[in-house]
Amino acid sequence: MTAAALIRTGAPQGAHPFERFLLAAGTWAGLPAALTADPSLAFLGMWAEPGMVHAAFLEEGANAVLLASAPAESGRYAALSPARPGAIRFERMIRDLWALTAEGAVDLRPWLDHGRWGLEGPLSGRPAAILGGEPPQPEFLPAEGEGIHQIPVGPIHAGVIEPGHFRFHVQGELVVRLEQRFGYTHKGTLSLMLGKPARAAAAFAARLSGDSTVAHGWAFAAAAEAALGVAVPPRAVALRAVMGELERIHNHLNDWGFVCNDAAFAYPHARCGWLREGVLRACAAAFGHRLMMDRVLPGGIAPDIAPGGAEAILAALEAVERETPALMRIYESHASLQDRVVGTGFLDPVLAARFAAGGFVGRGSARRFDARRTPGYAPYDAMVPALAVEAGGDVDARVRVRVAELGTSISLVRRLLMTLPEGETLVPLPAQAGEGSALIEGFRGECLAWLRLDEGGLIRAVFLRDPSWLQWPLLEAAIEGNIVADFPICNKSFNCSYSGVDL
Amino acid sequence: MLWPRLARALLGKPLTDPAPPVPQETVAALGERLAAAARTRLGRSLSIREVDSGSCNGCELEVTALQNVAYDLERFGLRFVASPKHADVLLVTGPACRNMTEAMQRALDCTPDPKWVVAVGDCAVDGGVFKGSYAVEGGVGAVLPVDLLIPGCPPSPEQLLEGLLALLEAEAAPAPK
Ligand code: SF4
Repeated sequence: MTAAALIRTGAPQGAHPFERFLLAAGTWAGLPAALTADPSLAFLGMWAEPGMVHAAFLEEGANAVLLASAPAESGRYAALSPARPGAIRFERMIRDLWALTAEGAVDLRPWLDHGRWGLEGPLSGRPAAILGGEPPQPEFLPAEGEGIHQIPVGPIHAGVIEPGHFRFHVQGELVVRLEQRFGYTHKGTLSLMLGKPARAAAAFAARLSGDSTVAHGWAFAAAAEAALGVAVPPRAVALRAVMGELERIHNHLNDWGFVCNDAAFAYPHARCGWLREGVLRACAAAFGHRLMMDRVLPGGIAPDIAPGGAEAILAALEAVERETPALMRIYESHASLQDRVVGTGFLDPVLAARFAAGGFVGRGSARRFDARRTPGYAPYDAMVPALAVEAGGDVDARVRVRVAELGTSISLVRRLLMTLPEGETLVPLPAQAGEGSALIEGFRGECLAWLRLDEGGLIRAVFLRDPSWLQWPLLEAAIEGNIVADFPICNKSFNCSYSGVDL
Repeated sequence: MLWPRLARALLGKPLTDPAPPVPQETVAALGERLAAAARTRLGRSLSIREVDSGSCNGCELEVTALQNVAYDLERFGLRFVASPKHADVLLVTGPACRNMTEAMQRALDCTPDPKWVVAVGDCAVDGGVFKGSYAVEGGVGAVLPVDLLIPGCPPSPEQLLEGLLALLEAEAAPAPK
C-alpha cells in the first residue's frame, strides 16, 4: 500500500479543502516504512496539539495536499524523520512546544526551547514550570579531521538581519559542516492565537514573518474561510493577488540587490533599492501600508484600494520593468560578479526534491513546483503564472528564477488591476465550528496554514508553516565545500526566514 | 554597459529625499539625558549597531530601506557598523524575546559609553502584539535602558530618520544648564 493510500485508510475528519485523516497510533507507526518505499509523497510539515500529532503531505502526482493525524499515546508517536529528513526540525519543535516525543527520531536535541521560558511544553495544555538554574549549553554535531576548527557566528549578526546561530566547522578555508541553531526569535505566536476569533488572530499570521506578511495573512485567512465555508468577494480575491505579487516583487528586488552587494558590486544594489522603494511607496499609496500588513483579513481585505492606487502601482512597476533588462545585462556581463555567483552554493536537485524545497530555492534546483499552479487557487486558476525553473542549483540559478518571476508578477498585477471586479471587499464571518487549511505561494515558497475552530468560532488549534522550514536545512548542505567567505552570498541567495520558523 | 550609466548618474540630480523635520520636544528630552562630556565625545556623527531582539523582520526591512538611495542615511553622518564594539547607538527591534535576553545584555556590555539605546517598532516599545507571551519579557525596556522610542509597525523610514536625527541634534545643542 502506498503511503497516501495508508493515510486514506484513516477516518476523515471533515477538513476543507484538504481532508485530514485520523489514523490509529499503530497505523501511523507504519507510515515511516510506507514513506520510505514511496518517495512521491512529499513531506510539507508537522505540528501537534495536546495528545495528537499532525502531518501535511503533498501528492506530487495528483497535486493534492493530504493531512494525517494520530494520537500520541502517553506522549509518544512514531517519528517520520527516518523516512523524511525534512521532519527532523519539526519533531524537535513538537517536543519543545507540545512535549510529545518522536520515537525513533533522527535527532531529539531541543530546538526552540533554550531553557529560558520558565516552563516546559508551553502548548502541551499542562506546561511544567522550571525553576531558575543556568540554561543548558547547546550541543553541536561533531566534525572530525586534521586541522578542523570551529567558527561560531551569532545570534547577533554583522548585518541588519534576524538573529540565529551558525556553527561552522572549517578546514582551512573550506566549510566542512554548517549547523544552524535557531529559536532566538521565538515569540510564542501560536499560543497567542489560541482562543481568539480568526479576525483577531490574523494579526499574528501577518507577523509570523514580516517580509511575507501578505502571503501568511492570506494563507491564514483562506484556511479560516475554508473552515467556515465563507466565499470571499471576487474583488478581495483579486486584490489579495495584487498585494501578493507586489510582495514578491519587492522582496525579489531586495534580494537581487543584496546578492550583488554581497559580492561588493554596489550598482545593482543601489538601483534595486531605488526601484523597490518606488514599489513600497506605491503600496503605501494604494493600501495605506508599505508592507501591506494587516490588509488581508479572514473574509476579504480592508481597506479597499485607494483612489489613484492602481495608477501608482502601475507607474512603479513600469519603472521596474524598464530597468530590469539593463540590470540583468550588467549582472551577466561583469566577470567579477559572475565569478562569485556561478557555481557557488550548489544545491543538488536530488536534495531539493527530497526535502520538497519550495519557492526559488526549489525552482533554482529544477523542482517544478509553484503552489499558484498546483494545487492552485483563485485568482490564479484564471491566469496561470508561468513556471520559472533553472537547473543550475547555484546562487546564479536562484537569482535567475527570481528575475524571471519579476516579469511574471508584473504582468499578473497589470492583468489583475485591469480586470478588477467591482463590489465589496470584506464579508462577516459566522461564529461556528470548522477545520480548514490553505497553501499560498509567497515570495519564498508555499505558506501552509491550518486551523480548527470551535462552536463559538474561536481557534482551538492552529499551525502556520513557513517554507523556510524545508529550505534552511538545504542551506547547510549547499554551503558544504564552499569557502567561509562565500557564506553571506549563499545565505542571501536562500534568504530564509528566522522569525517564520521560530514561531 | 555600466560606465555610461555611472557617468549619467554623476551628472544627474540626486534621487535622495530631503531630510524630514525633527520634533524639537524629542530633541530637548534627549538633550537632557546627555552629559556634557558625552556630547563632545559623540559629536555630530553616530555609529549604529542594529540588534534584532526577536522581531518579525518587518522592522528590519524598514531599517534596511534607510540605507537605500532615497533616504541615504550616511549623508547625515549616521552609519551602520558590524559590531556593538564600534557603536554609539544600539537600535533594537522586536519584543524582548527571552531567548535573546543574554545576547542583548552582552551587546549592551560590549558597546562603549557614552551610548544610546533606541527601541524601534511597537514590539520594541512594549512587546506589541506579543505582550504577555511566555516567550517574551515585554518591550526592549524590560532588558535594556532605553533612551528613545520610535513606535510604528513597522515605523516608516521617515519616522526612523526623524528619531535618529533627533539624537544628532540633541548632541549638537548646547548642554542644558
Ligand atoms: S513592530 Fe511590527 S514590524 Fe516591527 S517587529 Fe513588531 S510586528 Fe514586526
